[in-house]
Amino acid sequence: MLTVISFYLLAFVAIAAAFLVVAARNPVHSVMYLILTFFSAAGLFILMGAEFLALLLVMVYVGAVAVLFLFVVMMLDVDFVEMKQGFLSYLPIGALVAIVLLLEMIMVGAAYVAGETKTVAVREADVSNLEAFGQVLYTDYAGIFEAAGFVLLVAMIGAIVLTLRERDGVRKQDATKQMARTKETGMEMVDIEPGQGIG
Amino acid sequence: MIIGLSHYLAVAAILFTIGVFGIFVNRKNVIIILMCVELILLAVNINFVAFSTHMADTAGNNPMAGQVFALFILTVAAAEAAVGLAILVVYFRNRGNIAVENIDLMKG
Repeated sequence: MLTVISFYLLAFVAIAAAFLVVAARNPVHSVMYLILTFFSAAGLFILMGAEFLALLLVMVYVGAVAVLFLFVVMMLDVDFVEMKQGFLSYLPIGALVAIVLLLEMIMVGAAYVAGETKTVAVREADVSNLEAFGQVLYTDYAGIFEAAGFVLLVAMIGAIVLTLRERDGVRKQDATKQMARTKETGMEMVDIEPGQGIG
Repeated sequence: MIIGLSHYLAVAAILFTIGVFGIFVNRKNVIIILMCVELILLAVNINFVAFSTHMADTAGNNPMAGQVFALFILTVAAAEAAVGLAILVVYFRNRGNIAVENIDLMKG
């Protein structure tokens, strides 16, 4: 019974927050609702018995992605009230697409349920979720795991290269120039007459 | 009453639809569009985990595969958010706004 109540609570919060992500006027509020959606989804994951992914979702999204979004939203000086204009004009086409998509998914789901009507309960595993995860992740999927690491590396380098800019008038350390300095180029001998100072 | 696979699939379907709806409705704000893409990927993840945890554990058929793929989707989603926001910052520097409607001009 507790499972049923928590499922409906988490599902309702997730869907309501997801809708508010789309509908909120202020993008900062949108990011906050996105965090709420991901928290609720993490709760659903725990209900299903995927604790590791639930915690990962909280860490990756709330800890990294949401902060990234907040950072960009607050860094860009954009008139967000003006951006919200056109919401109503695009509402009919958006609602049409959404309804068609939902109908399609309901039809697929109905066909699936018609084929097999039994409701399956969450499988009870004999090992913990984390253990089962580790058993396959580093054996069967080791190659893809490495590839995922490369994806992150490429994304990191890409983001840095995209946002790095060379500005004029900024003094930067130039290692090769420093290393190429010799005694002759770095020092100048000046013969100063007593009581006159330098030029 | 038991919460079965179809309940989780319904939640995922609704989240997916809200994500697509958001992309269609918010034509001006790229940040919201990126968040909607994250919502869509979350819906896909819920599907993966739901199928994974409700799948029968037979020989040669490990149900954990679904959760491993959900992990990879999470990775790609994080990478996508980072690169997307970087592109957004560069675009804002060049244009001074982030209106999606003007991106089709293609004039540098």
